[in-house]
Amino acid sequence: MEQHVQPHHPVVALPKLGLRRRLAPYLLGLPAWAYLGFFFVVPLVAVLAVALETGNPDQGYVLTWHWSELTSTISQYHVQLIRSFQYGAISTLIALVVSYPVAYWIAFYGGRHKSTLLFLVLLPFFVSFVIRTLAWNFILSDSGFVLGTLKGWGVLPQTFHVLSTPSAVIAGLTYNALPFMILPLYVALEQIDRRVVRAAQDLYASHLVAFARVVVPLSAGGIFAGFLLVFVTNVGDYVNAAILGGPGTTMIGNIIQTSFLENLDYPTASALSAWLLLGLLLAIALYAWIFGTRRIQEYA
Amino acid sequence: MSAAAADVPEPVAPAPAVVRPRRHWGVIALGSFAWLVILYSIAPIGVMVAYSFNQATAGGKLTFSWLGFTTDAYRYVFAISDLTEALVHSLEVASIATIGAVLLGTPLALALARYRFYGKTLTDLTIFVDIAAPSIVVGASLLSLFISLNWPRDLTTIIIAHIAFDVAFVAVVVRARIAGLDRSIEKASYDLGAGPWATFYLVTLPLIWPGIVAGALLAFVLSIDDFIITNFVAGQTLTFPLWVYGAVKTGIPPQVFAMGTLVFAGGIVLAGLNALWQRRQPA
Repeated sequence: MEQHVQPHHPVVALPKLGLRRRLAPYLLGLPAWAYLGFFFVVPLVAVLAVALETGNPDQGYVLTWHWSELTSTISQYHVQLIRSFQYGAISTLIALVVSYPVAYWIAFYGGRHKSTLLFLVLLPFFVSFVIRTLAWNFILSDSGFVLGTLKGWGVLPQTFHVLSTPSAVIAGLTYNALPFMILPLYVALEQIDRRVVRAAQDLYASHLVAFARVVVPLSAGGIFAGFLLVFVTNVGDYVNAAILGGPGTTMIGNIIQTSFLENLDYPTASALSAWLLLGLLLAIALYAWIFGTRRIQEYA
Repeated sequence: MSAAAADVPEPVAPAPAVVRPRRHWGVIALGSFAWLVILYSIAPIGVMVAYSFNQATAGGKLTFSWLGFTTDAYRYVFAISDLTEALVHSLEVASIATIGAVLLGTPLALALARYRFYGKTLTDLTIFVDIAAPSIVVGASLLSLFISLNWPRDLTTIIIAHIAFDVAFVAVVVRARIAGLDRSIEKASYDLGAGPWATFYLVTLPLIWPGIVAGALLAFVLSIDDFIITNFVAGQTLTFPLWVYGAVKTGIPPQVFAMGTLVFAGGIVLAGLNALWQRRQPA
């Protein structure tokens, strides 16, 4: 049929097209590869090398393969590192438990209002992340309209406060995580064929059993996507700790930021970045080990 | 698929009618909970809008307590010159970074969706890590690069950093759009004598355009709101989130909330227009 449509095309054109097809993906990908290679992959590897440098801000740093930097930073900052993973884990878990029913309700009972409800969930994205966190500072402040009013009514003692406590930081982290958790859960739940759930019920599974053994396993990809987005973001976050927290809630992000931008202590900041990456990789591997790797590979 | 499922006649329920009301109450409880979460997630937006109408102190800062209703923050919204400058920087960075990311990410998406080639798995992995890596490490690593190259940190380095994370998101979104396309339309174009370039401009590009728009919107939103990576590579230059963060310690002028409210309103209008446009365009 092709011969009929292009009778005047010489046969020589075919190998040329073949070569073009073979080269095409490399030509298409080249600009992005070059860019990501230079501005993402190389710096990511290089930052880990800086951890092994010695020197001071005035005279610069040289690579001396100073491995003890890694051990000395961990003994100095392990409290903040562990705290970051605790806050990250707690906020991710709360966000998951709160988000799942919301995503489930929108996906299964949203009807024709699904997109409107989803739009409402995504509404916070239209306001800057720093402003939203700042707004929580206004809401939770000791003299703000919530605590101030409750104290005025005598419901809360005058000494009661939320800001500067771990709860405030975890609440802020959880709040910022909600849309990032609800969206992938919704996408996964929406794709579930309702007939599969009905089949489980026809086979005498109760609603609860059908939910636990059919719906939840089928949404595992969405749970993993939400976990990955939220956990990684929250462990490395320092904005919530800076705006809502106090001296006792310093996270590893605050330390990296201060050592890098204020103290110009690049080796410490790099060593801490390396520990953060290592911890996150271990946490993701642990997740994969507990819940099985197949679904994660499917998603990635 | 859901429409097809709805057409399937309901099987005769073997369960007695007593079960129905119980499930009904469960759904109501679920719905109420969902509405509470939605209200909770938009509460800070209400606070932002409300406090943008609060009377500032003599020093031009907002207090936690209500000092009276005023529209001064909107009348003098651009009165703080370095805040206005920061907002302009944010808009510049987001626009340029979005264009850069689309120009780099769209061809990459075409390569990933349409061809098999050496390094495909590595490319997928790089995109995945780019999206999943913690911002603080990405920001720290880029700053190391700029320091070792002796590049001064300014608007250019911010744009470079933003393109580096936007590309991955554009590539993922556009690729999803390409994957869902029917390739026979392009084959038909070739069969009708169009060359690869003519086919790309007249057939492929219009088909993947919604994907490019979606990817560009995502890139723009991520750029304009980015704080952590920008904070590392900005040097003395301030974007809107950086300015606000810096002002937390010294006090927030009401203009911050007024600008936030205006940007919010603008975003809602754009989203509404986009929804209308998509409804008019079939597929």
